Amino acid sequence: MIRNIGALLVKGVRPRDIFMQHMAKYDSPTKGKDGTSHFGDLDDLHIVSPISMLGDLIPVMTGVAMAGRYLGQKIVTMTWIGDGGSSTGVFHEGLNFAAAQKAPFVLILENNLWAYSTPVRKQVPLENLADRAKAYGIDSYIVDGNDVVAVYSTAKEAVERARAGEGPILIEAKSFRRQGHAQHDAAEYVPKEMRAYWEAREPARSLRKISGQRKVARCQGQERDRGEDQHAARRGARFCGEFADASGRVCGDRRLLHRRRLPQDPREVGAADCGSDAAKIERHGSMDGSRIWIRQRLRGRERADSFGDTPPAAHSSAGEAKSANGSKPGAKAAVKSGGKKAAKAGAASSSRKARR
Amino acid sequence: MAALRMARRSLFSKPSSRPCSRRWSATPAVVLIGEDVGVYGGAFKTSEGLLERFGWERVIDAPISESAIIGAACGMSYCGLRPICEMQFIDFIVCAFNQITNFVAKGHYLWNAPAPMVIRGPSGGGVHGGPFHSANPEMYFVHTPGLKVIYPSTPYDAKGLLKAAVRDNNPVLFFEHKFLYRRIKGEVPSGDYTVPIGKAVVRREGKHLTILSYAAMMHTSLEAAEALAQEGIEAEVIDLRTPVAAG
Repeated sequence: MIRNIGALLVKGVRPRDIFMQHMAKYDSPTKGKDGTSHFGDLDDLHIVSPISMLGDLIPVMTGVAMAGRYLGQKIVTMTWIGDGGSSTGVFHEGLNFAAAQKAPFVLILENNLWAYSTPVRKQVPLENLADRAKAYGIDSYIVDGNDVVAVYSTAKEAVERARAGEGPILIEAKSFRRQGHAQHDAAEYVPKEMRAYWEAREPARSLRKISGQRKVARCQGQERDRGEDQHAARRGARFCGEFADASGRVCGDRRLLHRRRLPQDPREVGAADCGSDAAKIERHGSMDGSRIWIRQRLRGRERADSFGDTPPAAHSSAGEAKSANGSKPGAKAAVKSGGKKAAKAGAASSSRKARR
Repeated sequence: MAALRMARRSLFSKPSSRPCSRRWSATPAVVLIGEDVGVYGGAFKTSEGLLERFGWERVIDAPISESAIIGAACGMSYCGLRPICEMQFIDFIVCAFNQITNFVAKGHYLWNAPAPMVIRGPSGGGVHGGPFHSANPEMYFVHTPGLKVIYPSTPYDAKGLLKAAVRDNNPVLFFEHKFLYRRIKGEVPSGDYTVPIGKAVVRREGKHLTILSYAAMMHTSLEAAEALAQEGIEAEVIDLRTPVAAG
């Protein structure tokens, strides 16, 4: 799903930035050029910005995954799509390409039953959208999108499998969109019975119900993060309330000011960092020996080195040790994606059930 | 001029691959991605032999999914690679129009993410291609902020501008007129050189009128100027080379 604020928070975006962004302030990540979560951070947080056109991130994240593999890093990329977005052409092009390349890529399909006002049954003649994975020869999971523990465990397993080289994996999280498509949409087209059914399965409440039990021990990290997020969100709200007015909307000269201040303005960066005087690398086909060079040379800093959640594949022992850590951000992001209790917790694997 | 004296004559179609191959020996950041670019060497053989030389990791045969090609290349460029995507015929670039104009072109403006990628392909008519294999769609992209568009007319410019495009930190569209592929010959220095993006060149001096042109029509314009000269009218011919360079 695009504009997944939950995933942004888990990956480390400051709530302050999100508030500023949504108010289109000059001090926001896009310097007031957009008013929704269309921003990213390649260097530190490893987030690629979405765009409004649905599905376009799927081939892009496939490319990021391929580049990570090419550069010898054991990264996994993850993005989201909704039930509506899964009908776009680029969804299929991207997923097919990822499957053909066996890219380490996890796609979470949040089936919240509504694409704006169109119910999923009118969009797709499938009971389970995860069935689309079969067409591309990749594995898929169906998970109760409102069950935090199930989503976390499933996403964790999928990330680990993708990292192990099993190719892309599709997770269908069955959920429900509680609000309208946007502020103006009262969502009166949603049947009352459906709403009542899902409201009774609100994920935060379900999580609180079991939070005292040992079962959820594996998710303590999430709970802590959640508390921190809420705390940070409150602080962020205070911050915005107090200081947002000091950061004016962008207009006229301020925009130009920002343009001049872009640290990566290509006119300043120049092309010399890819010059012909570079050291010659032998055996470039297998990429042996070229990784270090490419990390050091490109962009003049170690961007490629730090793109993923884990260290480069070259340090295999370290990579193994950190793999549990490494899969966390993605999995935690998956937790955030839940909306409501889902119909079927069905097809998740036995190991996941064991964890539960 | 010394370089030119040393130069060998070369077919127009060759520079597309040559700068890549020379460049690649020193720069593993450059990867090629497109339909039939690997085993077959490209529909116009512009990447012939590159797969054997550089391996499947750097010469990637893609499915017939233009959006996926552009998207994946964009993702690679975010990681620091410098991908070159080939559209088998540039007509098919419109299948990826959304990906190019909304994702690739706006990324740097919106969230400061440079996408140093090149999208190239054979364009133009005159070779019995019909309505879907002869287009010149460069103007769609000239009118899209965030892209640079290159359309060379000589082998020398083709090599120099392609090198400049690969080294540029912006997304660059590189059109190759296929009417010129096997018709125009010119001298190409074997060394490393670039032609600056955004500099036009005067192909013919003249004082009575100016003809602005680029790509295959530049050669037609030169012929027209010669015809005019016989009537006593001296036409200046300017080759734009890069229809837009603002980025």
